Amino acid sequence: MKQQIRIGCGAGFSGDRLEPSLILVQQGQLDYLVLECLAERTIALAQKRKRQNSMLGYDPLLERRIESLLPHLLEKKVRLITNMGAANPLAAAQKIVDIARRLNLSVTVAAVTGDDVFSLLLGTETALETGKPLTNSGPLVSANAYLGTDAILPALATNADIVITGRVADPSLFVSPLVHEFGWSLDDSDQIGQGTVIGHLLECAGQLTGGYFADPDRKDVPDMAHLGHPFADVYSDGTAVFGKVSGTGGILTVATAKEQLLYEVMDPSRYITPDVIADFTQVHLEETGHNQVKATGGRGQTRPDTLKVSVGYEAGFIGEGEISYAGSNAPGRAQLAGSIIQERLQDRFTDLRIDYIGSTSVHRTNFGHYPDPYEIRLRVAGRASTTQQAALVGEEVEALYTNGPAGGGGARKYIHEVVGIVSTLMDREKITSSITVLRS
Amino acid sequence: MKIKLYDIAHSRAGDKGNTLTLSLIPYKAEDYPFLCSRVTAEVVKEHLRDIVAGDIARYELPNLPALQFVCQQALTGGVTTSLTTDTHGKSLSYALLEMWVEK
Repeated sequence: MKQQIRIGCGAGFSGDRLEPSLILVQQGQLDYLVLECLAERTIALAQKRKRQNSMLGYDPLLERRIESLLPHLLEKKVRLITNMGAANPLAAAQKIVDIARRLNLSVTVAAVTGDDVFSLLLGTETALETGKPLTNSGPLVSANAYLGTDAILPALATNADIVITGRVADPSLFVSPLVHEFGWSLDDSDQIGQGTVIGHLLECAGQLTGGYFADPDRKDVPDMAHLGHPFADVYSDGTAVFGKVSGTGGILTVATAKEQLLYEVMDPSRYITPDVIADFTQVHLEETGHNQVKATGGRGQTRPDTLKVSVGYEAGFIGEGEISYAGSNAPGRAQLAGSIIQERLQDRFTDLRIDYIGSTSVHRTNFGHYPDPYEIRLRVAGRASTTQQAALVGEEVEALYTNGPAGGGGARKYIHEVVGIVSTLMDREKITSSITVLRS
Repeated sequence: MKIKLYDIAHSRAGDKGNTLTLSLIPYKAEDYPFLCSRVTAEVVKEHLRDIVAGDIARYELPNLPALQFVCQQALTGGVTTSLTTDTHGKSLSYALLEMWVEK
């Protein structure tokens, strides 16, 4: 049994950069690489793609990521764990095998399935967000349970080079190799709680190493263009020392680690995953070197009896239109344009939003502190039940060219299909995971 | 003397559904007691009144040290269906840091 392993995180969301993961594999001396690529909404959209084509529904960047990484993963003997399977881990595994054959490489891939619980759903379950039955939100399109470490372990027990999952809790992607290598008991809540702290710190990749942190002259981050992604040296007692490949950009300090530790955390003493109810309140962070932070003190209580299920539903369409005004009285002309649009559209939309980009669009207020900007962009958004209705928003904004205030320019219009997400809880005994192993 | 939270602390926003989380981390640990005494959940609720419709809970993390604010009904319906531009509320860390406090 090993005394220490190194896990890198080379992607923190589906659209994350490709280069940092390559650098981690080539120069990071990793044992494991994790790519976390699956947000709540991403999987619902992936389910819709799978419905149109049963061989799709995995991460859209899977091919590009695997093609560049695979030769290096095999050469350096780095195992990859990723949730890029999204709505279709089996098709993703097959795609990876196809890529390996094309590159004349020998690879074993283990796919973890069982998170898709759509067929188990009645629709009458209570949505946590609304307190009402799920189907009240809209026509349901997907339901994926957050699987945990117990679902990933059987895949790691095979000799698979790559473990590909659908919906699993992000920290479990990191806890599972720790349990696999160190033989930790899943019932040791303090140990799994510390593992969850490690996973939570790593799961957003660059957000630990100076990404999403910089504020010039206050929180300076060097060489952000070459931002490196993090790794952790984890010891069998759970002690973790975080670092990044030397020569990469970014910084890793207790300040960057604190921001990431609390990111998206509701009650810091009860961070709930399928593995544990983790307690972050006793975590101790310490700088042990340049771009090196040690984390200890994560604890936990027994895992919950239920798993969270992320449920996607069809939420219609959003139509948007934008147009800019600049120079003298730009805010006045933009506001006149906004009031014209309001009058023209209010009878056809129950939910219409008018924003002034450059002033109050992002925070919905400017706290009364700031003078008028030189330029301002009107943005209108309306909720619609059809694409035709959604199109009206952009059409009316564009028509401000010849039917609105003076000097409007740069009109743009957009239509989005909206998949909403609600959550419910499901008894974990109802959910069965399994693994499928494919070889090239 | 009035100071902005921006002068002594940093923050990162996060989202879960329609709930917004905001950390508040002093640059200097010695400012933590001051933040605890002045930046109460009630004061933050008043400051963010145009943004957060629901309750705000504050969690203290003296070990880090840092404060964590959890704001209900703060994202105009939530990440996936909101009509706003910043549907995640990611920029709202800087709304918290706009707050003025007497020091």
